[in-house]
Amino acid sequence: MLDVAAIRKDFPMFENNPDLIYFDNGASTLKPQPVIDAVVDFYARHTSNVHRGDYPIARLNDELYDGTRDIFARFLNCSPQEVAFTHNVSASMNEIIYGAAKAFMKPGDVILTTQNEHASNIMPWFKVQRDFGIKVEYIPTDVQGVVSAEDFEKAMHEGVKAVCVAQQTNVLAAVQPIKEMARIAHEHGALMIVDGAQSVPHMKTDVKDLDIDFLGFSGHKMCGPGGTGVLWGRYELLEKIDPMIYGGDMNARFYADGKMLLQEPPMKFEYGTPNIEGVIGLGAAAEYLMKIGMDNIHAYEKELGDYFRGRMKEIDTITLYNPDSTAGVVTFNVKDVFAQDTANFLATKGIAVRSGNHCAKILDGIIGTNSTVRASLYFYNTFEEVDRFVEAVKEVTLENAVSIFF
Amino acid sequence: MENQDLLNDPMILREIIMDHYKYPHNHSLVSSTAYRSRHMASASCIDDITVEAKINDGVIEDIRFDGIACTISTASTSIMTELLRGKTTDEAKEIIANYFSMVDGLEYNADLLEEAVAMKNVYKQANRIKCATIGWRAIDQIIKESEESNG
Ligand SMILES: Cc1ncc(COP(=O)(O)O)c(C=O)c1O
Repeated sequence: MLDVAAIRKDFPMFENNPDLIYFDNGASTLKPQPVIDAVVDFYARHTSNVHRGDYPIARLNDELYDGTRDIFARFLNCSPQEVAFTHNVSASMNEIIYGAAKAFMKPGDVILTTQNEHASNIMPWFKVQRDFGIKVEYIPTDVQGVVSAEDFEKAMHEGVKAVCVAQQTNVLAAVQPIKEMARIAHEHGALMIVDGAQSVPHMKTDVKDLDIDFLGFSGHKMCGPGGTGVLWGRYELLEKIDPMIYGGDMNARFYADGKMLLQEPPMKFEYGTPNIEGVIGLGAAAEYLMKIGMDNIHAYEKELGDYFRGRMKEIDTITLYNPDSTAGVVTFNVKDVFAQDTANFLATKGIAVRSGNHCAKILDGIIGTNSTVRASLYFYNTFEEVDRFVEAVKEVTLENAVSIFF
Repeated sequence: MENQDLLNDPMILREIIMDHYKYPHNHSLVSSTAYRSRHMASASCIDDITVEAKINDGVIEDIRFDGIACTISTASTSIMTELLRGKTTDEAKEIIANYFSMVDGLEYNADLLEEAVAMKNVYKQANRIKCATIGWRAIDQIIKESEESNG
């Protein structure tokens, strides 16, 4: 098990906010000292651009920046040449979806996804539907957002050229059977594309074992700096897809007649000056998580999540939308109280959660509400925090939610 | 107690908000061509409110709304529909200006705002200011649009 007390000492946010219960890790996570140090050191000791300078500091940054690919090669069990840095998972998914649609799909071809997806994983498909005539179809899920292999197999047909889902959905924390889905997709000759924003930070991700084709995730949701993301793809597929944005650094040559020669992957996806300090900090975050151990993190969050769900089930004034989730995420409403009113009341008790539709705006058809409260844990949260949270939720009533204004 | 004293009592202001939230006034749309309407879906991620108003010869004859929203959005919009109905657009604009001042934590004339003073502390929770103004911004835009089309 984890030594959570020791882990919490690595996160200055706790010392600086002693009464804060931070249960909004699905939105963004706190940063440990090694990540902060990596970013601050870049500013204080070794600032420069990358891939352009012949002086020692610039070479150091080249090593640290490109060296982060080696860290992720270990983190994901892939080749460093398959790791491209982006600005967030939204950028990664846009890049993958545009590239895959343009390279591998023709008008009328189908992509299969679910109605549980985050805007960043579905709007880019709507865009290629509008611009390239690709058709979006949905795999049915149960009321907790989970896809079954049987339903998925039934939804597959000749026209499907790609399948694209979140490994863990952002509202209900439904964990999809990605490995099985990848096998079925491949049997039908379709690509398997995964939004790993909510899964990669919380469980071991082995892209070879999952046997998927593309994966995107954000740095800020895994203890890393904001403005960082990863685009992973099988190298031979990365070679075939066209980047969405062109410019400096990603080109090798270009000529007056318009001919362009791009760099090899992954560099061809990294246009302009990247978030150098962010990527270096993201490398520190991945090292930090690997040191604790992704399997340990996952096991602890499962145990804490189970305890949390159990305690929430004691409260009869709430509706739980994901009672069977296996993740550290509890999505609920207090009966007759609007989600934002609940969240704002909890805020007066020092609790940070997310309320609203969490950018998954076509989920309401599945769970029958378009607004929920999501409490999302990370490995630095504790059983005592869960207890304090549950006591606070018991106090949520319409009267109390309105009283905060007086 | 004088009306003004009542509107200083936090318990009463809280009741006003809860009452308008549970039983919103003028809460259904007519969707007739006699009404101008504003759908405030993009104002925030959560609240989704439509306001419609019938304005003739510079008088707001009717205001209605519908949608899904939090206590503050629902109650503030419900109160607004009561307060502005029957007012001339000039009167309404003065009330709206006072309301926006109050919600921004500035000076305002409480006499003009009646029950809307229930929202006087919302400025202390900056994240909720958009809730308290969503319906009011809708009517403000509808009035401006009606004046432009008549001007
Ligand atoms: C499943 C999923 N996809 C995409 C995103 C978008 O993340 P970002 O804002 O970092 O691009 C999120 C985050 O909210 C998410 O949970």
